[in-house]
Amino acid sequence: MSNTFKIFLVLIGLALIVPFVPGLIYPVFVMKVMCYGLFACAFNLLLGFTGLVSFAHAAFLGSAGYVTGALMIRFGNHPLGMPAAFAAGVAAAALVGFAIGGLAIRRRGIYFAMITLALSQIIYFLAVQFRWTGGEDGLQGIPRGSLFGLDLSSDTVMYYVTLALFAAGFLFVDRVVHSPFGQILQAVRDNEARATSLGYDTDRFKLLAFVISAAVAGYAGAMKALVFQLVSLNDVSLHTSTEVVLMTLLGGVGTIFGPLLGAGLVVGLQNYLATIGDLVTVVIGLIFIVCVSFFRRGIVGEFLHLRRRRAERGKTRPVLTATRAEAPAVEAA
Amino acid sequence: MDITFQAFMAQLTIGLIGGCFYALLSMGLAIIFGLLNIINFTHGAQFMMAAFLAWIGLTQIGPWLGYPDFQINFWVALVLAPLCVALFGMVIERTLLRRLYHLDHLYGLLLTFGVALVMEGAFRYAFGVSGQGYEPPEILQGPIDVGFMLLPKYRVFVVVASLLICFGTWYLFERTKLGAYLRAGTENPRLLQAFGINVPVMITLTYGFGVALAGIAGVLAAPIMQVTPLMGGNLLNIVFAVVVIGGLGSILGAMMTGLALGLIEGLTKVVYPEASTVVVFVIMALALLVRPAGLFGREA
Repeated sequence: MSNTFKIFLVLIGLALIVPFVPGLIYPVFVMKVMCYGLFACAFNLLLGFTGLVSFAHAAFLGSAGYVTGALMIRFGNHPLGMPAAFAAGVAAAALVGFAIGGLAIRRRGIYFAMITLALSQIIYFLAVQFRWTGGEDGLQGIPRGSLFGLDLSSDTVMYYVTLALFAAGFLFVDRVVHSPFGQILQAVRDNEARATSLGYDTDRFKLLAFVISAAVAGYAGAMKALVFQLVSLNDVSLHTSTEVVLMTLLGGVGTIFGPLLGAGLVVGLQNYLATIGDLVTVVIGLIFIVCVSFFRRGIVGEFLHLRRRRAERGKTRPVLTATRAEAPAVEAA
Repeated sequence: MDITFQAFMAQLTIGLIGGCFYALLSMGLAIIFGLLNIINFTHGAQFMMAAFLAWIGLTQIGPWLGYPDFQINFWVALVLAPLCVALFGMVIERTLLRRLYHLDHLYGLLLTFGVALVMEGAFRYAFGVSGQGYEPPEILQGPIDVGFMLLPKYRVFVVVASLLICFGTWYLFERTKLGAYLRAGTENPRLLQAFGINVPVMITLTYGFGVALAGIAGVLAAPIMQVTPLMGGNLLNIVFAVVVIGGLGSILGAMMTGLALGLIEGLTKVVYPEASTVVVFVIMALALLVRPAGLFGREA
């Protein structure tokens, strides 16, 4: 059993007992962290393991949320309503990802980032314009429906369903990263020219990575729509795209658990700082500056780096976990 | 379509004014990118900061200092505000950006993005989100007859001033000795340094110059647009699309693309107003399909 899997089991074990100690930690908070954590993992798949920076991830989170929400409002009572709406949401995000990714991979580097940013504005515009998205109001009071006869309107039931969905999504991302496909992505990230010379159609791999990342972000968005029974314009806004960059950067780009930790910290920070209003943006900006200037590996990345250094000093073979112990690869690109 | 010639020209003029701001901003981005190899995500915030500084100087500073009648002249603000913003930018370049040049472009992007968040948040905290504004100087108030329609004098001034600044910048970069150094720095900074040019100082000044262009655009825009902490961020999204279409390789290219897209946006307002906010993004998508390298492209 790999270290990653052990840590994962411990986290799931801890999460399982959360509803029994509501005084210690609020289950809704944990659900929020799981939604954003998975969102950040999806983003990290692209930034950390493929070396592409996207400012469009809110478009995937939001479009899945809107599709799932709108379908639940219409067909929520149907026994198969929830799984169908959920799947439709993920498919919508993948489709949007295919469209945006297909255009963006035509350019590299900072152009790529600017294209994703610009195209995500179209999604935002559509969310304002369409009638079925509720325009400025968004979708409110989305029914949670039921899953295999389980009524999801209870927060505790929803909590465990969310946990199961989260675990499945997280394991899927981990599986992608450690698959041969994931290895090729990392090769593309580290040296695209060499990957091409080895015969890989790098554009195809980048596009596929983009679509998978968008689909997982959509998966998180559909989860979020059901948990909070609400989808708003904020979910498709640049603000949300920014937050996911921050979560990944803070936790550790290119690490497995970094985005999760980053999501927990940023969501916690928002709850904690909710009273200071506009200054939250300032704090988030400052964290950005500090991370980029002094702390490029992120928290998990720095930890792994220290551990590896210590192991090297002891002249033993470094204890490599499944995560990349070296600095984020974007540095080398 | 029953659109009068007047209405058509009016929208086109509004488009032209928008195009002037796109041109000034994308030119600044292109200049900074040329030498520093970073995309300045702070550009919008710097544009906003200059507009705010001018607004403070024109309407707020008197009461703050206890002399309600005291105010800074528009023309002084037009010079002073961009200078302040440029100075602020150069401090950021010296203290923060400089440390990232040896790394991937991505870090410069994220850093400037963080600085933009701090600036926008700080201005929103201090001044709220409601729009502010100030009147143009008296000499530029009132309408002027430009032949086919009456136009506010100030808008004509904005177009003329922007075009002059654009051409001046182009001349500076493409036709003077200093411009030759700058272009040489874009090609090969190490070789240029070997010839005795102080490249680090040149980089700082270039960043300041690019930022100052955004600042001038901000001061010019303030009487037309609402001065709010978000004015720059919203505009910058469009300017990024402009830059993707035109490419960052040439100053003239950035300027032409900016003006052209402003005009197209104006035309869209006549034909199909709902789409005018996204038409630039749609054109960007089409341009990527037809000509992925950009019209005047140079890969990052």
